[in-house]
Amino acid sequence: MAVTIEAEAPEAKKVPVHHPVARIALIGNPNSGKTSLFNQLTGLNQKVGNFPGVTVDKKTGISQLTPQLKAQIIDLPGSYSLYPKSLDERVIIDLLYDPASTQRPDLVIVTADASNLKRNLLLFTQLADLRIPAVLALNMMDVAETEGVKIDIEVLQRDLGVPVIPMNARKGIGIAALKILVSQQLTATEVSFFEVPAKLRPMVDQIKERFRLSNDYLALHYAHQYKHLRFLSEEDKVWMAQLLEAQEFRSTIEQANETIARYVRINEVLLDVVRVEKAKEEEKFSNKLDQILTHRVYGYLIFMALLFMVFQAVFAWASYPMDLIDEGIAALNGLIQENFSGPLINLLTEGVIAGLGGVLIFIPQIAILFAFIAILEETGYMARVTFMMDKIMRKFGLNGKSVVPLISGVACAVPAVMSARTIENWKDRMITIFVTPLMSCSARIPVYTVLIALVVPEVYYLGFMNLQGIVLMGLYLLGFLSAIFSALLLKVLLKARERSYFIMEFPVYRMPRWKNVGLTIFEKSKTFVLEAGKIIVAVSIILWVLASYGPGDSFERAEERAVAEAEVKGLGEEQTDNLIASYQLESSYAGKFGQAIEPAIRPLGYDWKIGIALLTSFAAREVFVGTISMIYSIGEEENVSTIKDKLMSEKDADGNPFFTPARAFSLLIFYAFAMQCISTLAIVRRETKSWTWPLAQLVYMTGLAYVSAFAVFQLMS
Amino acid sequence: MRNRIQESQEQKSVRDLKIGESGEISSLNDPEMALKLLEMGCIPGAEVKLNSKAPFGDPVTIIVNDYTLSLRLDEAETILLK
Repeated sequence: MAVTIEAEAPEAKKVPVHHPVARIALIGNPNSGKTSLFNQLTGLNQKVGNFPGVTVDKKTGISQLTPQLKAQIIDLPGSYSLYPKSLDERVIIDLLYDPASTQRPDLVIVTADASNLKRNLLLFTQLADLRIPAVLALNMMDVAETEGVKIDIEVLQRDLGVPVIPMNARKGIGIAALKILVSQQLTATEVSFFEVPAKLRPMVDQIKERFRLSNDYLALHYAHQYKHLRFLSEEDKVWMAQLLEAQEFRSTIEQANETIARYVRINEVLLDVVRVEKAKEEEKFSNKLDQILTHRVYGYLIFMALLFMVFQAVFAWASYPMDLIDEGIAALNGLIQENFSGPLINLLTEGVIAGLGGVLIFIPQIAILFAFIAILEETGYMARVTFMMDKIMRKFGLNGKSVVPLISGVACAVPAVMSARTIENWKDRMITIFVTPLMSCSARIPVYTVLIALVVPEVYYLGFMNLQGIVLMGLYLLGFLSAIFSALLLKVLLKARERSYFIMEFPVYRMPRWKNVGLTIFEKSKTFVLEAGKIIVAVSIILWVLASYGPGDSFERAEERAVAEAEVKGLGEEQTDNLIASYQLESSYAGKFGQAIEPAIRPLGYDWKIGIALLTSFAAREVFVGTISMIYSIGEEENVSTIKDKLMSEKDADGNPFFTPARAFSLLIFYAFAMQCISTLAIVRRETKSWTWPLAQLVYMTGLAYVSAFAVFQLMS
Repeated sequence: MRNRIQESQEQKSVRDLKIGESGEISSLNDPEMALKLLEMGCIPGAEVKLNSKAPFGDPVTIIVNDYTLSLRLDEAETILLK
């Protein structure tokens, strides 16, 4: 049989255990408890990788089936059928259909929601016809029971021809039985659920012959999906296109007919298996809750209140661990610098460790934000939010599902851009990815804080509304508005290649599974550290070199100049050091860069010093504050109010304060819009698989920033 | 689709249902959308009930085979009723 897979020899060699490790794939409808089952089977023994060539997360884990036997479990994206509708789902066909792949599973565990068996069996019957050895994990037996759904397991097992395990993955019921079962040698079912129609036979036979397949249904899938099968060569695809043309194969109609035929067959099977005894109570409860939570007034009010609470939590709670990380990094650097010295030590402390600190500092905010998003998704509330927002978002060329990436963008654009994968439609997804970095991410906060403190007085209105807070909120609003209006612009510019649709299951409300929430937090933080982190650290090191070295003997001369000036002014040792650092930065490569771009940024009100900060904040925006401190010889470990005092005393050529409101607001606007984040560019490149999108973002956002900052400076001064 | 007939534009669709009202699916008149709808259980012969509407009247939720689906009005329009 073409589809049953023997344990692969090379794979077995890699494993130090004496038993070959079986590959088991988990597959099932969305909301069928697949993730819970995966977590139950693997515990914390899981890792997230990528499926080759695509950007879909591949979750794998090791499960100890019996004391002697382990198995590798692969969690496949949730899907309703083997005809993929989204990018994520295509992974399934890549994994299952390539006869040469070493990644193919030996066995699939099909999860099915017992309270909703009919639709869940569609995918199972397709897998069965591929003759892949399978087990049916009949999940959510408790929900089925409370809904009065009685399932005759014996009869179902006989009719399907595979073992059926009733279970409740959330509570871990049935896991032991499932483990024992899959540790045994299992064969594919012999029951057939769908016969290839007679008129397609000649075509199927030719495909079987060319690709040496023995399974009719697999050959039929090749015909339906050859364009997306990554393992077929161009030559194969041309051959296939010609064959289908000659046979007048109409994929859409055949798929529809197949689905209808399968449902007819499933109905026959379920006639003897499922009995419904009473009406559903839970759904009524969900419906009642929906009347409030998706109400035209209360619905939006509740959502706004929730968002407000989430942001409060993100900023209030995260500040404690963030301070700890900040202090920890500073202490570590201090310790190293006290005991060692030399250029390599400087590279380590000011380049590598400072860069690492810049990465770690964002973890608390990312973790807290994703904790909330995971809880909202787990309870089923997020589906209601996309439902409520869809019509509004559509007007701007977005999609109800764009809400999650846009909200996530407030923490960090990197995981936010990745969360846009759930949007099936290409155009909606591209627009969402394009505009997400305009949302004010947490890296902009340090910049906002310093500049606002500089020019906005700390006045209170009505006793609690802080003017500085209002300005900060205004910047967030500005980010959001620029995002949706940019989306509108793109909606007009982009030609849609496929239709947008919004057909999705509306889950019933339920308690979040805390284990899943925990794993989401862990995975998102890890993604951020690995994806954004490595770029931030790398760029930090490069920038450190640019700021620490200058052409020729310019550094020595800068030092001499600073020492001479310090003597004249009678400065203390620390102030002298700060002055030296400032002069050295001026004569460094970064300083030269700042001076070179000064003519270009002068219309925005900036001088070469700010030019240096614009360059260094390309790694991550918050580096702005550190650079500014260094340039104005403030010294590294000063707090916001020291920086503020120092910046306020900075004078321009005529002796007036340099940081006028016009300059500060021009900078604020620049930082709100400019694409100063290499990590985001890298992730957009990865997610869109082209340089077009990140480059367009860079040009568009930086252009928008330049024009807006120019307008602000010219109007205000 | 096997039983696709040229439907007239006037035929009743899920879009025309009032909240709480039910109907029986006769056919799906948009081949591309039909695939997704079929997979989600909207098969000819199944009973479908309009469950709720989003605040601005679009999207809507329908109940088919005992579970709730959400879809946009122009998608609901492709589900024709008997």
